[in-house]
This record gives sequence, C-alpha cells and structure tokens, in this order.
Amino acid sequence: MAELDRNPRLRDPDALFVRLVRAHLDLSPEQSRRLDAALVLLLADQLADSELLDRAIEAARSAVIARTEAA
Amino acid sequence: MPATYTNPRFGFRPPPELATGEGRTRVAIVGAGVVGLTAALDLARHGIRSILLDDDDTVSFGSRAICWSKRTLEIYDRLGLGQRLLDKGVTWKIGKVYFKDQLAYTFDLLPEPGHRMPAFVNLQQYYLEEWLVEACEASGLVELRWKNRVEDVGSRPDGVFLRVSTPAGDYRLEADWLLACDGARSTVRERLGLPFEGQVFRDRFLIADVVIDGFAMPAERRFWFDPPFHPGQSVLLHKQPDSMWRIDFQLGAEADPEAEKEPERVRSRIRAMLGADVPFALEWVSIYTFRCRRLERFRHDRVLFLGDSAHQVSPFGARGGNGGVQDADNLGWKLAAVLEGRAPEALLDSYDAERVPAADENILHSTRATDFITPRTEAARAYRDAVLLLARDHAFARAMVNAGRLSTPHTYRDSPLSTPDDADWGGGPGPGAPAVDAPLGEEGFLLDRLRNGPTLLVFGPTAPAVPGVRIVRLPADGLAAERWHARSGTTYLLRPDQHVAARFREPDPARIAAALTRLWGRDEPFARRAA
Ligand SMILES: Cc1cc2nc3c(=O)[nH]c(=O)nc-3n(C[C@H](O)[C@H](O)[C@H](O)COP(=O)(O)OP(=O)(O)OC[C@H]3O[C@@H](n4cnc5c(N)ncnc54)[C@H](O)[C@@H]3O)c2cc1C
Repeated sequence: MAELDRNPRLRDPDALFVRLVRAHLDLSPEQSRRLDAALVLLLADQLADSELLDRAIEAARSAVIARTEAA
Repeated sequence: MPATYTNPRFGFRPPPELATGEGRTRVAIVGAGVVGLTAALDLARHGIRSILLDDDDTVSFGSRAICWSKRTLEIYDRLGLGQRLLDKGVTWKIGKVYFKDQLAYTFDLLPEPGHRMPAFVNLQQYYLEEWLVEACEASGLVELRWKNRVEDVGSRPDGVFLRVSTPAGDYRLEADWLLACDGARSTVRERLGLPFEGQVFRDRFLIADVVIDGFAMPAERRFWFDPPFHPGQSVLLHKQPDSMWRIDFQLGAEADPEAEKEPERVRSRIRAMLGADVPFALEWVSIYTFRCRRLERFRHDRVLFLGDSAHQVSPFGARGGNGGVQDADNLGWKLAAVLEGRAPEALLDSYDAERVPAADENILHSTRATDFITPRTEAARAYRDAVLLLARDHAFARAMVNAGRLSTPHTYRDSPLSTPDDADWGGGPGPGAPAVDAPLGEEGFLLDRLRNGPTLLVFGPTAPAVPGVRIVRLPADGLAAERWHARSGTTYLLRPDQHVAARFREPDPARIAAALTRLWGRDEPFARRAA
C-alpha cells in the first residue's frame, strides 16, 4: 500500500507558505474557498496516485477533526 | 516601579566646544544605544577615537531587547564582554511551539557541542549597555557626551557638521565621519530627508516583564498559538536574569492600548496563564505595534547609518539589536582602515553592499514570522491553522510553523570583498560566511585565536609566506578541520570581522595576496566599480 513520504521535501517552506497566502490576497471569501479546491484538484491530478491521495485525505481529515474536537 | 534594576545616571560634563562655539573630530557617533556604544567600542579596539553624543543620560529603559544571538556573543567576546554576558545572562537553545493546549513542535538551535558561545543568551538590554559604557570609558578612546542632543545635520562629500544642544548651551561640531546610531526615530535620517518606508503591522502587543520567584520553568523559548488562557491570540515567554520573565501577549488590531496597560488587567491576563497560585510582581508593561522597513542606502557620503536608524524589524526572531550589533562589527574595521590610510574610502561602500542585503534578510524573516503570527486574511489564518494541526504528525508542516526564525548572521556571498571559490568545496564556511567555532583542546576555542586583524587560517604543517596577515595554524585532522572541510594545506583568509574573505585548497601566495588586496578594497575592479 502506498504511504505518504514522512520526510520534509520542501527546500524553502516559509516561501511556499507566503506564496499560498499571496494567491488569495485579492479574492472574496467564496473565490478563496474555490481557489483552494482548484489547487487541490490540480495537485491531485499531478500526483496521479489514488492510493497516495487517499492517505493524504485521511491524514488531513484526522488532523482537522481529531485536533479541533479535542480542543 | 522596577525593583530589579535602577538606571544609572551619567553626569553631564560641559564639552569644551561650549567655550568657543565649535569644534572638530574625525569620528562622531550619534546615539549611545546598544549599537552606537558597540560601534564606539569596536573603533576603540582598532585604536580609533570617537565622540559619542546622546540626548539622554542613562541606558535603555524598560522592556526592550533580551535575546542575544551566538554571532552577537562572539562579537562581544572579541570586544572583551563575552564572559560577562555568559555569567549574568540566561543561556538557552530550545524552543517549543504550542497550538491550543498541545505541543506542536520543538526546535534546538545548536544541537552540536564544541562552541564557545551558546545559541542564545537572554539579558536585559540595559545591562549590556551599562557594561558597554564602562568598556568605552575604560578604553580611553571614547568621549561620551550625555545630554548632548543633535538638533541638525549637514552633509558634504568630505565631512559633516552637527548642531548640538546641551543643558549649558549649543555648539557646532565638524566631523570627518558621522555614524548615525540614533534609533528608529533618527534625527540624522530626518534632517537629511531620507525616506524610511516599509510595512506596518496592525496588531498590538502587550509586553510584560514579570518577576516570579522560584518559577519552575526551564530556560526555553515558549510560544503558544491560540492557547486556552489567551484564546484566538499568541503568547511568547522568555526567561531573563533576576528571576524575570518576559511575556508578550498578542492583543489584535482593535485593542485599546490605554485600557490594556491597566495593571489589574495585565495581572489578570498573567494569572490566567500562570495559574492563580503563582505569585508574581509586574516590573514593566508596554504596548507595541511593529514595523519592518529600511533606508534605501546605509552610506550617504560621510554619513553611515547603523542599527534601528537604518532598518527596523518586528521582534519575532530577535533580529533588531543583533542586526545592529552586526552592522557595527562590519563597519568598525573598515572605517579604522580608511582613517589609517590602509584602505581607500571606497571600502566603505562595501558596508552598504554587505549590510543592505543583511537587513533585507532580517526584514524578510521577521515579516514572514509576523504574518504567520498575525494572519491578515481568512485564507492566511486557515493555512496557518492547518499547518499547526498537521505539525504534530508531519515533519513538512513543522518546518512551516513560523513563530520567529531566530537571528543568524548574514553571509556576504556576493560582496565585492569576497573572492569566489574556484572549485566545489562541498562544505565548510564559504566566501562571506562567518567563521565556525571549534574546540582546540587546551588552547580553548578557535574563535579565541582570531583577533582584530586579517588572519590566515592554515590547516596542516606548512604555511605560505604572505605579508600583512597573521597566521594561525591548526591541525589537519580533528573537529576544527572537519567543520572547515579542511585537509592538509587548506587555507582560509579571514577578515578582521571573522568572516571568510577567500579560501584555497592549494595555498598559493600570489592568490592569497590578491584576495588580501581585495579584502581591503584595494583591487582595481572594486575601485572602478565603486567610482
Ligand atoms: C519589545 C522589544 C523587544 C525586543 N527584543 C529584541 C531582542 O530580543 N533581540 C534583539 O536583538 N533586538 C530586540 N529588539 C530590538 C532592539 O531593542 C533594537 O533593535 C535596538 O535597541 C536598536 O539599537 P540602536 O542603538 O540602533 O537604537 P536605540 O537603542 O533606540 O538607541 C538610540 C539612541 O540614540 C539616542 N538619540 C536619539 N536621537 C538622538 C539625537 N537627536 N541626539 C542624540 N542622541 C539621540 C537615544 O537616546 C538612544 O540612546 C526589541 C525591541 C522591542 C521594542
């Protein structure tokens, strides 16, 4: 079964974060929500691995649901 | 009223110029803050006299800088204050980041042993300034003039004049060189009409210094995003000497600064954090907003800007004071060499060429950290919170958690004074990088061996004969050789500020001499570029 690579792979994580935030700067909340959805779809298509995508969805859901409910 | 520290009051002594109305000096420094004092002391260590003017008669007040970085400590060691900082200060290297009530991320700023200086020492700015004043006085080369306020400045290509006011009258001072170290509200900058622009952050921060006796908290930097005791905002905690703790509370953009300063209100915030049973005494409370900006250039003819007068950053990352001290470290040897005729005036253009990119690096990191801590849009907050949620299980997200990227020295890679490598070295400090420390057994530490002049660091038995440079010989094996990626024959040329000017696998005297010429700004292409 495919597994997420747990090693950090980004060379400049801070710069990537800034790029993502900047992409939203002039958008309405609705556009902003859709930008993220569009980005995920594009990246998923580039990934082109449905098992890896499943792992990523599970990891993201568990981070968001478990942590926010516990708090 | 503060209980742990009483500001000294330095006496006003009427300067001799009051009798005649005017005088002259080679070097005048405006502002006896941490940067002006460091610059004066560094110049004194190079044998250069200066007059240091300050409009006040004491050291800094209240909650200002506390975190001094490894590189800054190494600079103070060269200037003779390193041990004092270590003895009084609180040494730390671990940082912990919490999200809500959970630990999200831990970092270690100096995971390897074998360095004379630790990653960070926390010490109140006023102690450091007080010791700098003592060291300047003891040097016999710094004339400290308290209660001397610079009112006006005029700049010419070959000098500067100042109008100075004192309690006993005004005078005019001519100076060949002026170091503007007069802080974020610089009079010199304003009088010369130089724009100082950049980003303003809207969020207000409450900074409280609190004395807590016997508080069982380790000497670590702790940062909370959205903790239960201060929901929706961030909090930063640092340990200081004198059982003092620094707490920064983010208050948001809408907070009312007057109401937030009310001691009872501050106390209840602190009680919520520490628990109702921990007794504490409030020492200082202030409200700040932060900004990141810089002057376009730091050299204007005979005026050189250092510290907060040249650049300002938010405090996340402790890059303000440390950056300013590193300005002084960069300028001291250059100005001394120009004044003594060992280098052309154009060498001082390299101060600008090196410290502007250094300021940009500091501004970039502290802007990113402040944006992460105070997200300005819903999208930014969503990404921020997602990073924090992922951080516990995913290393990539931990690397994105930005609660401040702590001050590291700039590498002057593209400097006109650096000689580029002619081969791929695969490791060790490259051209423009600061020297890397290593233990030398009974001989102490590598950095102890470097003084205030250029040094040739030679690994192995032979040493090339090059005039005008001190030779320090090191074994071709062991930890120092490893950290410098050296084998027998490897030779590094270090600048007086301990940054690498050039390095060679085969120590050819002619190439070393050329690199030395370049280090002093005496080489042809540099002189032409600067013209
Ligand atoms: C809350 C807070 C926390 C911080 N924490 C850190 C930290 O942990 N680490 C860090 O490195 N930095 C930190 N900083 C930043 C640091 O305090 C500043 O970068 C540093 O003080 C700048 O030093 P300076 O000498 O350039 O300016 P200043 O310290 O402002 O000194 C300027 C001096 O010039 C004098 N002066 C001004 N105008 C005139 C005039 N016209 N004539 C004569 N004299 C004049 C003033 O009286 C003053 O003595 C922090 C800042 C704040 C506000």
